[in-house]
Amino acid sequence: MDTERPLAPPPTVVLDARGRTLARQLGEVWAYRELLYFLAWRDFKVRYKQTVLGAAWAILQPVLTMVVFSVFFGFLARVPSDGLPYPVFAYTALLPWALFAHALAESANSLVNNPTLVTKVYVPRLIIPIAPLFVGLVDFGVASLALIALMVGYGVTPGPALLAAPLFVALAVLTAFAVGVWLAALNVQYRDVRYTIPFLIQLWLFATPVAYPASLLPEPWRTLYGLNPMAGVVEGFRWALLGRGAGGSAALVSLSVVAVLALLVGGLRYFARAERSFADLA
Amino acid sequence: MTRASEPVIRVEGLSKRYRIGERVARYRTLRESLTGALRRPFGRRAADGADLVWALRDVSFEVPRGEILGVIGRNGAGKSTLLKVLSGITCPTEGTVRIHGRVVSLLEVGTGFHPELTGRENVYLNGAILGMRRAEMDRRFDDIVAFAQVERFVDTPVKHYSSGMYFRLAFAVAAHLSPEVVLVDEVLAVGDAEFQRKCLGKMGEAARQARTVLFVSHNMGAISAFCHRVVYLANGQVRAIGTPDAIVAQYLADVFGDDRTDLAELRGAGYGRTLRFTAIDLAADDGANVAFGAPLRFRVTLRSDVSAQELSLGASVFSVTGTCVGTLFTRERFAMAPGEARTFSLTLAGARLAPGSYYASVSVGHGGRDGGRLDFDLVVGRPAFHVLPMSPSGEAIADWNPAWGAIVFEDTRLQAEPG
Repeated sequence: MDTERPLAPPPTVVLDARGRTLARQLGEVWAYRELLYFLAWRDFKVRYKQTVLGAAWAILQPVLTMVVFSVFFGFLARVPSDGLPYPVFAYTALLPWALFAHALAESANSLVNNPTLVTKVYVPRLIIPIAPLFVGLVDFGVASLALIALMVGYGVTPGPALLAAPLFVALAVLTAFAVGVWLAALNVQYRDVRYTIPFLIQLWLFATPVAYPASLLPEPWRTLYGLNPMAGVVEGFRWALLGRGAGGSAALVSLSVVAVLALLVGGLRYFARAERSFADLA
Repeated sequence: MTRASEPVIRVEGLSKRYRIGERVARYRTLRESLTGALRRPFGRRAADGADLVWALRDVSFEVPRGEILGVIGRNGAGKSTLLKVLSGITCPTEGTVRIHGRVVSLLEVGTGFHPELTGRENVYLNGAILGMRRAEMDRRFDDIVAFAQVERFVDTPVKHYSSGMYFRLAFAVAAHLSPEVVLVDEVLAVGDAEFQRKCLGKMGEAARQARTVLFVSHNMGAISAFCHRVVYLANGQVRAIGTPDAIVAQYLADVFGDDRTDLAELRGAGYGRTLRFTAIDLAADDGANVAFGAPLRFRVTLRSDVSAQELSLGASVFSVTGTCVGTLFTRERFAMAPGEARTFSLTLAGARLAPGSYYASVSVGHGGRDGGRLDFDLVVGRPAFHVLPMSPSGEAIADWNPAWGAIVFEDTRLQAEPG
């Protein structure tokens, strides 16, 4: 059996105190892309093991949140909704939000949750916070069915902007990764992070126009709201599906994209530096 | 591939420093960091040097292609740290490691195994973690499952596996990789004897395919049987490097046979307060060597501060892996008077210890094998001795495989049943 040889000539590995550069780590992630797939698949397979409702959870959580929001914000508090039926308005935002919140929490805890992948074997560490980002997409797909039902029920039809929706989904995942990669690295050294994550996500929800529209804010604040990348994601997704809202503003969305890229570059550089001591701390 | 003359692994001036408590406390809380920064706003955390410890200090060696290099040393000598640095798991503090070729490190088998996943799923996941391509896994999957003898349970979640099945499957994945360099930590210490032998055989096969293996173990038998060369680490430094026989002998001599070592360092905690051994030696013509089948003779000197009656000696023999091979309690009883010192000769014949290295523990106390035993003194690690693969009459016994155990059963008879 073991007669076949790897196709490429054997690489030379050099290990010293300087560790691996970010470029080398990104190259290793590409070389280990199959592992990325297997880890994502493991998380997916294990996700709803030993639950009664299984994947129904993916639809129940955002739907129940939508109902609560509709009763308290839409019906009782009369929060405006850009002229849209409030349940559709809220659910359209809750979909990308749930994707983001789940991906962020899993990514931020990924290194701490997989200690043996850090201390017992060498795999490119950057893969570990990337793998959990994709599991949420399955939930997202399932929960989208409820959105379709709502839109049909309220007679809302999307326009050609619908084609832009995947871009905002991608931006949500990228935002989760940009923040997750910071928190994952910090989490290894400071376990306080673990307890901060649920709190952070909760605060961020209220800082994002999920239950209310960004149009409540006057300019220039409305555009500057884009500095919160999730404002760009949520308003953009709403605009793509429902054709209304601040997401139609290119300035707000561009600001969100710039903010995410800045966070991401900073996060990757911090991670690449912190990675050297992960095994000593994890 | 690469030039044959070039070493596959080159380690130069390798050092690794830990902050004390880093591995114990493991992580800090943010508050500790903040208060630390407030107390010493201008000081660098690690600058004072007092809380630093060098796990490796200026280690250099080279491993040529196809060599199996053993790494031995006491606990805390730096063996595991060396493996972690070579694996790329942790960064060296100083020095450089150069490795030509794909490396697989087996510090643990079954890394990433998930109990809810089936055997098949875990094989693929674990293979990917160890850097194997999916296409390679597809080709080897049947071999892996056959090697692990879990064909019937491939699609059962591994949480329903017995621990033996789990280990066999995990090891089988590792054994079927084809990297140029394999780094192995004592994973072979687990599993049943037959499977261990299979694994060791697989390692030998790996070396025949010009694969380079670095093998860390406490099992001197396995080290001697499989390694071409051995590195002996002590206090993070290379103490010796050379042939297995010479280095293992030196290591055992240092650990157990060091005559300068005070017996107090080998004494069990709390023993030897009123009655104690002052000398324990092997009575042999040939240093610490005993011919196969020859009786073992220990010479012990006892000193007592008190009066004690009905005393007996106990002794156990351990293989170098730390497994107790057997125990004796003397039938003869003796007494000690206050201030008295006496020397005894203890002979053990007919033990048929297999060729290899051993050490003994010796105790003095009341009672014996038919009930409780109360010891006054207990010393572990002295004397240490080697049983030579040569009987007193000069007859050599065949290469004894360490996996066959420590006793050679000799008084056996095979008869055909009348049929």
